[in-house]
Amino acid sequence: MEIYIFYFFSLLAVVGGVMLVSFRNPVSSALSMVLSFVGMAGLFIGLNAYFVGIIQILVYAGAIMVLFIFIIMLLDLNDETKIRYKSSTVIAGVIIPLMLVIQVLGVIQMGPEDDSFTPITKEVLAAAAESEELAGQDKIREILTHPTSPQLPDTNLIGMTIFRDFNFPLQVMGILLLVATIGVVVLSKRSSKSSKS
Amino acid sequence: MASLNDYLFVSGLLFAIGLGGVMIRRNIIVIFMCLELMLAAANITLVAFSRLHISANGLPDYDGQVLVFFIITVAAAEVAVGLAIIVALYRARQTIDVEDLTSMRG
Amino acid sequence: MDTLAWLLLALPLLSAATIHLGLKKLQNVSALVSTAVAGAILLITIFLISSETTDVSFSWATLPDIEIEIGLKLDSFAKNMMLVVTGVGFLVHLFSLAYMKDDSAKARYFGALSLFMFSMTGIVLASNFMMMFVFWELVGLSSYLLIGHWYEKESAADAAKKAFLTNRIGDFGFMIGILMLWGIAGGTSAALTFDGISEFFVGKPEYSPFFLGTAVLLIFMGAMGKSAQAPLHVWLPDAMEGPTPVSALIHAATMVAAGVFMMARLYLSIGTETIEALWGVNTIPWIGGITSLLAALMATQQDDIKKILAYSTLSQLGYMVMAVGLLDPNAGMFHLFTHAWFKALLFLGSGAVIYACHHEQNIWKMGDLKSKMPITTVTFFIGTLALCGFPLTAGFFSKEGILEAALHKNMALFVIAAFVACLTTFYMFRLFFIAFLGKNRSEKAGHAKEVGVLMLIPLIALTVMALFSGWNPIGANLSPLHNEFHFHFGPALIASLLSFAIGAFFAWKLYFNAEKDPLADNKIAKIFRNKFYIDEFYAKLVTYLQDAVAAVIHFIDELVIGGLLVGGFSRAAGGIGRIFTRMQSGNLQAYASLFGLGVIIVIYLTVFVS
Repeated sequence: MEIYIFYFFSLLAVVGGVMLVSFRNPVSSALSMVLSFVGMAGLFIGLNAYFVGIIQILVYAGAIMVLFIFIIMLLDLNDETKIRYKSSTVIAGVIIPLMLVIQVLGVIQMGPEDDSFTPITKEVLAAAAESEELAGQDKIREILTHPTSPQLPDTNLIGMTIFRDFNFPLQVMGILLLVATIGVVVLSKRSSKSSKS
Repeated sequence: MASLNDYLFVSGLLFAIGLGGVMIRRNIIVIFMCLELMLAAANITLVAFSRLHISANGLPDYDGQVLVFFIITVAAAEVAVGLAIIVALYRARQTIDVEDLTSMRG
Repeated sequence: MDTLAWLLLALPLLSAATIHLGLKKLQNVSALVSTAVAGAILLITIFLISSETTDVSFSWATLPDIEIEIGLKLDSFAKNMMLVVTGVGFLVHLFSLAYMKDDSAKARYFGALSLFMFSMTGIVLASNFMMMFVFWELVGLSSYLLIGHWYEKESAADAAKKAFLTNRIGDFGFMIGILMLWGIAGGTSAALTFDGISEFFVGKPEYSPFFLGTAVLLIFMGAMGKSAQAPLHVWLPDAMEGPTPVSALIHAATMVAAGVFMMARLYLSIGTETIEALWGVNTIPWIGGITSLLAALMATQQDDIKKILAYSTLSQLGYMVMAVGLLDPNAGMFHLFTHAWFKALLFLGSGAVIYACHHEQNIWKMGDLKSKMPITTVTFFIGTLALCGFPLTAGFFSKEGILEAALHKNMALFVIAAFVACLTTFYMFRLFFIAFLGKNRSEKAGHAKEVGVLMLIPLIALTVMALFSGWNPIGANLSPLHNEFHFHFGPALIASLLSFAIGAFFAWKLYFNAEKDPLADNKIAKIFRNKFYIDEFYAKLVTYLQDAVAAVIHFIDELVIGGLLVGGFSRAAGGIGRIFTRMQSGNLQAYASLFGLGVIIVIYLTVFVS
């Protein structure tokens, strides 16, 4: 059963990607990209990565694609119907990704035989609650050993990992966002100045 | 349950599709979107490996997912700045066709 | 005794060095120093001749297998030749004191003269070929310095260069010949010296006649250059641009005789029987004969007094080479001995005439000098008689020797030699009649007067030697190779007397009291006057060769170096650059494609290959 969900969502993602590449209308491309992201989010959920999946939808599909559509509308783009693609470009654009896929297949073949995920069962959750890492984490242990529906508290765990082990990169990330914001403001200002002159 | 190899294959496929889009399309914005697709495909690989590796306490090792979190953040910032540049470019050149933007020639 | 012999070399060298380094400003002092040294070495030579001497040497350069020495070979051959060199040298120094009295660069002149004495002594006393070669070159250098003494005159500078270059051509063959001979004689240290060579050939060794003959011919090339044999004779007439005492010393008596001296040394070392059987040595007497014939013909139509004497020297040198080539080095050296005295006398006499006529050298502008310069006229006449082989003068005896040698060995050369004797008499009497007899033909000759004592002493001394050096006790013992003259009434004697008579008759008929040259318009005479156009031919040859070599080099430079190497590299760099330029199209998608391609290649190399 699970495998079919996997196939469905992966198909969604791939079809979205193909449509993104082939549609002429940029808005259509943007919307098919949203579709692709939704598929990917489904894949994440299937991998027990709930937090990342939701974030993917919120940020990627919600913020980034909206930004794209804003800009497309701002620039008032038309369809690319009149454009003729050079055959050399198209051929290169097909062959090189194809070769990449073949190489990926080759690499995958070289991997270990047994690559299945260990399922997350109640026993695993219970054992995790007893581990020493989670010694002081009452909330987490509560979720892990909930009498009726113990779950994987992956948001809490991700938070723990970020704020404990990756605290410094987190601060840097904050500064990065600040810089990006300032950069965007500056870029927009400059272009408005040039349009005035 | 699907195995690791399946997820890796999907990720590789999506990445290749994104690469093809970058090479073929002539609209800068669409090229940018394909670039984002490539980034997202990498996220799938990271999450798959994060799920594969079990840390000491029996649960998946969340380092990969933290990295995905960061990648998403960076992608967002990058898109913002990139689109600002594209808008500036459009204001300067009145075109977004890559074939016409060849002043770096030679 | 040893130091005395080394003084012969050391004194002139010291004189030259001192004059060059210190006494340049003190002209008279330099002149006296040089003359004193010349006198000193004359005395030393006389002393050495009268006493027993042994060879001396010291080691100059030691190489792993060989030792090259500087040594003095003091056998009677060398000592008697030294007498000629120092005797004529001292008399020329005396003459120069008066002749160069008003010259502005006297010190330089006497310095070069001392250098020449040093170098000539080195050649004469050399004990091995290597040393002789070194001094050979030094003599060439001294000749260059002295011919070009008045270097502001362009013709003098050119003449000096011509002499040096022609000599160099001969020296090229000389060097190769020396090395070949050394190799044949064994290639050891001893084989380089003359003693070593003669020991090698005395022992009846194995050798190839062809190679030894070639070596001898190549060594003869050196003699051809130095002694001005055809075709390398072109420098000697031009060398008359130098001061007349220089012409007397170098280009009449000593330097040009060095070639003959060297050939005689060679023949003595190897042995005349060995030489007889060699390949190609027949060319040597023929070259001598042809040279003497050509030079005599050219001399009959020259108008410059020194040029006539120069061609006469060429002709007599041809005689000497012919004699040595006919395997009679005794006769050749005897003629060298007597020729040195009377040719020096003739040159110094012409120097006196030129000095008295205020540097006029054209004989047609002279005349009736006998009444103005009686002593000079008498000495000059005696010198002329000696040169023409008038009976009982020194020249008579030596010429007889050569004619005898030719008579016995090669009839054709005998005929040529007799004809040349006839021509010699003809042109010498032509010179004497026009310059000294008749009426004077120009103002300068009219103001001539007898020269001073300092010039007359050498003239008289040389006259004595010109008269008596052939006679038995003197000539036999003092000639470098003992040569007793035996009176022999035969074809040679008749030939020489007849040729003298015929030549004198024709000269009297044509030129006694002549106003201008009656043969001047004759076509054949024109060829003689223009020296058979040999100089023009050489000039054309050199130009042609230079152009050919330059054309080849130009071609290589343009095509190979310019086009292929330099141009090729630049074109290759440009082409590679253009290839890379095409990659920078400015097209984003091209860049992306290349990027993708690169990624694939890298993945392939890192994952699949290792």
